[in-house]
Amino acid sequence: MKNQKKDGTDAPKQGTQKRASAAQLRITKDINELTLPKTCDTEFPDPDDLLTFKLIICPDEGFYRGGRFVFSFKVGPNYPHEPPKVKCETMVYHPNIDLEGNVCLNILREDWKPVLTINSIVYGLQYLFLEPNPEDPLNKEAAEVLQNNRRLFEQNVVKTMKGGYIGNVYFDRCLK
Amino acid sequence: MLPWGERWGEVRKLLERPGPFTHPDFEPSPDTLKMLQENMKVLVIGAGGLGCELLKDLALMGFTKLHVIDMDTIDLSNLNRQFLFRKKDIGESKAKVAAEFVNHRVKGCHVTYYYNKIQDFGEDFYRSFHLVVCGLDSIVARRWINGMLLSLLCYEDGMLEQNSVIPLVDGGTEGFKGNARVVLPGLTACIECTLDLFPPQVNFPLCTIAHTPRLPEHCIEYVRILLWPKENPFSSETAIDGDDPQHINWIFEKAQKRAAEYGISGVTYRLTQGVVKRIIPAVASTNAVIAAACATEAFKLATSACTPMNNYFVFNDTDGIYTYTYEQEKKEDCVACSQVPQELEMKLSDKLQDVITTLAESLQYQMKKPGLTAMIAGKTKSLYLHSPASIEEKLRPNLKKTIEELGLQDGMELAVADVTSPNTVLFRIKIKT
Ligand SMILES: [Zn+2]
Repeated sequence: MKNQKKDGTDAPKQGTQKRASAAQLRITKDINELTLPKTCDTEFPDPDDLLTFKLIICPDEGFYRGGRFVFSFKVGPNYPHEPPKVKCETMVYHPNIDLEGNVCLNILREDWKPVLTINSIVYGLQYLFLEPNPEDPLNKEAAEVLQNNRRLFEQNVVKTMKGGYIGNVYFDRCLK
Repeated sequence: MLPWGERWGEVRKLLERPGPFTHPDFEPSPDTLKMLQENMKVLVIGAGGLGCELLKDLALMGFTKLHVIDMDTIDLSNLNRQFLFRKKDIGESKAKVAAEFVNHRVKGCHVTYYYNKIQDFGEDFYRSFHLVVCGLDSIVARRWINGMLLSLLCYEDGMLEQNSVIPLVDGGTEGFKGNARVVLPGLTACIECTLDLFPPQVNFPLCTIAHTPRLPEHCIEYVRILLWPKENPFSSETAIDGDDPQHINWIFEKAQKRAAEYGISGVTYRLTQGVVKRIIPAVASTNAVIAAACATEAFKLATSACTPMNNYFVFNDTDGIYTYTYEQEKKEDCVACSQVPQELEMKLSDKLQDVITTLAESLQYQMKKPGLTAMIAGKTKSLYLHSPASIEEKLRPNLKKTIEELGLQDGMELAVADVTSPNTVLFRIKIKT
């Protein structure tokens, strides 16, 4: 080391990197190998930005058959050490999704591991529509109805997807 | 105090005498101190708890060409341990005040400061240092500098050029625990190889936060995650600023209310700030120990007066004192350091499809569905991805474009993802004429 001369200037130039970050390299692989179920689609507003995109789920069975639900994904610079931030942009009557679009899915928070991928989250979200889980409620009212009266819950889901009120909350139409 | 002439007497003893622990390359000589003082250019990242200690240690060891980067300003709560700062300095740049303090106090030392983010600077800047020493509390920043130093490595016929290796000495503390490590980029385990060692971020289940809080932290997280975006207390779209007392106060009061509803005690202003900023309690003595270990390694690397540690040191004085040094192994499939970018030859008139065909058909690669992105002028550009359908459609026209039309040039890096390899693989474009 002692023989090296390093006479760089002290005034730094504006930074340009020639290499993509580790998070970027990883998300490139996740996206290139994404295998979406036939009920799911994606939207990339800017194809050069793989860190910001939307996932659209149109369930073809279960309570939410015929609906169309949009999720926004934001992948941060600490991916995959930290999970992406996912929000539901469609107002939905669902025990595990609140009216602000927060989603209660274990792998999005406490059970996230760096070996999981975007694909794992897609399948996790899809599963939420097939098997809403009243044990971990975010929308407590919806969870209680599901637990006590499945028939009423089903009616409420259909009503909200067509656009309508539950109590004094209005749900926008989200049929496909 | 010793007369100034004998100022470096103790350092001389290490550099001018042979000893059993010196590096094989070491030759005792008065020139080494001169080299340390006149040539060695060291970058310190962070001027906080560890950074203040590091600057002081390095300056008193004889390093004179020190540079420090920090994007933060001084807060009242720093003053108990960040000893280069005084009450009058509150609100000023940490890097600036720390540099001026050391320059004033240690004769002959010249610290250059940058009130910046590390991401503001590029390759030429980082290449100009012999050594980088980090005292950071951010994993993102560590990963970034690690990636930068790896991208500076040069290879000649697949062999690493030793003089392109800039050693990274990294320290980290958490309460009474700490670690120090030496990374020789490309040669030993890097930050990304050992990402698992960083404690995962604590994320409570959202449903617990929403409906069954048990801890004071649950109440604070409730306000931060669920209430803030709903009530937008400071005009809509204002993100929470952990350094804004008004923001913290609003969260604190709401969290206190929620805690009362659930009969939970322990929500304080301090805890609120700690949870919002994800503050890990800092202990001055741990910072001092870890910084000393890092500065010692910097000294060893700079002078060869002793073999550097190999390569990871843990320290814990929660209960007595425990230290242990062991070798972290380089991960064979590390996304950051396992790959030497291979050269990929192409002509400016080649179409992107030709390059993809080469990657799929050549015996050397035999890829199945390669997805390609490039870095052009510091920004990533997606060239072609096989999935999902929406992005494939948008990028498909690129297949017919030439390398020139896509803006690709000699020396640029291509990142190629394919199912045949566990990580995205890097290639360096070589333009054939
Ligand atoms: Zn590595």
